Amino acid sequence: MNDNSLKQYIDLHDEQQAAIERLAPAPLNALRKQARQVLDEAVLPRKGSDDYEATDLNAVLAPDYGVNVNHVDLSRESTTKFRCEVPNLSTCLYYVFNDTFRPSSTAGKSGDNASVESFQTTKHPEVLAKHYGTVASLSNPCTALNTMLAQDGVLIYVPKGSHTTRPIQLINVFDANARLMAVRRLLIVLEDDAQAKVLVCDHTKGDRQYMNLETVEIIVGRNAQLDYYHMEESGMETSRLSQLWVRQHEGSNVLIDGITLTNGYTRNDYQIDVDGPNCDTQLLGMAIASGNQHIDNHTLINHNAPRCQSNEMFKYVLNDTSVGAFAGKILVKPNCPKIDAYQGNRNIVASPTARMHTKPQLEIYTDDVKCSHGSTVGQLDQEALFYMQTRGISLPVAQKLLMQAFMSDVIDGVRLDTLRDRLRHLVEMRLSGDAMICETCELKK
Amino acid sequence: MLVIKDLHASIEGKEILKGVNLTVKPGEVHAIMGPNGSGKSTLSAVLTGNPAYTVTGGEVEFYGKNLLELSPEDRSHEGIFLSFQYPVEIPGVLMSNFMRTAINEKRKYHGEEPISATDFLKLMREKRAVVDLDNKLASRAVNEGFSGGEKKRNEIFQMAMLEPRLSILDETDSGLDIDALRTVANGVNRLKSADNATIVITHYQRLLDYIKPDQVHVLYKGRIVMTGGPELALELEEKGYDWIKEQVDNNQL
Repeated sequence: MNDNSLKQYIDLHDEQQAAIERLAPAPLNALRKQARQVLDEAVLPRKGSDDYEATDLNAVLAPDYGVNVNHVDLSRESTTKFRCEVPNLSTCLYYVFNDTFRPSSTAGKSGDNASVESFQTTKHPEVLAKHYGTVASLSNPCTALNTMLAQDGVLIYVPKGSHTTRPIQLINVFDANARLMAVRRLLIVLEDDAQAKVLVCDHTKGDRQYMNLETVEIIVGRNAQLDYYHMEESGMETSRLSQLWVRQHEGSNVLIDGITLTNGYTRNDYQIDVDGPNCDTQLLGMAIASGNQHIDNHTLINHNAPRCQSNEMFKYVLNDTSVGAFAGKILVKPNCPKIDAYQGNRNIVASPTARMHTKPQLEIYTDDVKCSHGSTVGQLDQEALFYMQTRGISLPVAQKLLMQAFMSDVIDGVRLDTLRDRLRHLVEMRLSGDAMICETCELKK
Repeated sequence: MLVIKDLHASIEGKEILKGVNLTVKPGEVHAIMGPNGSGKSTLSAVLTGNPAYTVTGGEVEFYGKNLLELSPEDRSHEGIFLSFQYPVEIPGVLMSNFMRTAINEKRKYHGEEPISATDFLKLMREKRAVVDLDNKLASRAVNEGFSGGEKKRNEIFQMAMLEPRLSILDETDSGLDIDALRTVANGVNRLKSADNATIVITHYQRLLDYIKPDQVHVLYKGRIVMTGGPELALELEEKGYDWIKEQVDNNQL
């Protein structure tokens, strides 16, 4: 195995630099140089090292993925055909097919000044220039890799005081006839007093090997409110290396909800910097794994300001030979009193061959704070299973009911009614093994 | 309906049942009494297929079928019901969902269509009235936050919903005050018919004041050592178990 899988991508960059830069907006090219320098020195962390207990970056980046440097539109699917509808949600719908942004007919109807555009064609280049790369840190090797290769991305911009009336839904679709890496970038800027709800769904078509290299940057202004839901329903051959970076300003309210229903090999990094006082932060996550699925969520909440509250909860159900990992840290900086923070990680390992790694951490440098965490790994309650069986409920159905019940508080944390109902249904289907993909996401012929 | 022959069972290698014989016919009520640790709850666990117990000998026939070969859920579908001594709390699973799933699994087993939403609601309403449970029941999680009395009433409610042919009430009287005891016993009596039977496991005579047994059995050291009519329960209440223990231990029974 390659000791440093980064090299092939560095070589690709060096050979194709002109082509990469030709299409990309200036702020991306400016930061690209820095990222390239960082990667010169970088070595991918080994599996088993501090923050990579269960995930092997070298292995996951080892395949020779094609990068679509010239941005040829590889997908034959059209936005009118591909639907991932949450019933009655009526979202403003946008797509990214592989690495190419495409608005749908409902685009731009959020009833306000909010805009959802590609970096390359945005009417707000000044917003891109001001915020691009300001939250994400190149010290994360995957973010550095993304920044070195990024040519485009999606900018969601909600100006001061604007409220989106309809949720914004962004659907990422992999659809290619060869092994492919998509370098995806999402920048969400909510100015002061703005409000938005964003739902991002990941899908894959076909059984090709795909790599989703994604960096998300979110800036939430004073007293602004953002709900960000991410739902992964990709195939077994898809790898996902995602880093989500959030900066919260004073009085803002943020919900981040990461849901993994089906996937191949996933590593999600979350870092939330709460920079202003009186903020509220909810970080929720859910993962259901079977087969050889691998799901690693790595979180860091930095409380850099006083009088804030954060609530974090990640839940996993692991079957077969799947692997789950969770590492979470809450860091309270000096001079940040009156922080109220909770972190929880609850896991059900439903098969003797599944594995869960969990590492909760608190680091506190201020007195007068209230911080706690809890982590559990267990099996389904045998007594409850037997009780249900004596009522005629067969063992598999009883197991499904218990797993569904286990997830109910994370499902209830969804603040969009129709999405919550939809998610409950999707989780039920997922646990029944009825459908490996969202049933209404089928391509309509 | 139920024929138990020389039943032996153990848990973690320790033999608890050492040759139980019992025959129950439709319409009958049998009481099983006995001192602590005599195997009463083990008998109910073995009859319902609790995986923690191992049957090491004997046979159990239920309407001609070998009961011991059936899974716990199939025993339920065949008409066996256990009212638990300690009903299990299942947070996050709502009573309505729990009961509808149970009823539909039974209907599936018998080749019937799932119950309609309106029929189900009607059935819930009708059956919870049997044990005076209110309309919040459907939206509560199974046994979660229920008082001791509510839990036992909920057991009888489930029994009413599933209409078993043989009900086993495992210390249904334990932890109940007199009013709750009466409610539960009335519920059981209302469900009684010439076609179904009940096994009442209890320490005390007082439940038998409400649920009249046809036969009273004394279980001791894993065997039924004495069988009599309702008057045996009264005698036990008065004299305790020591005289029986003595006779058994001196090999007189």
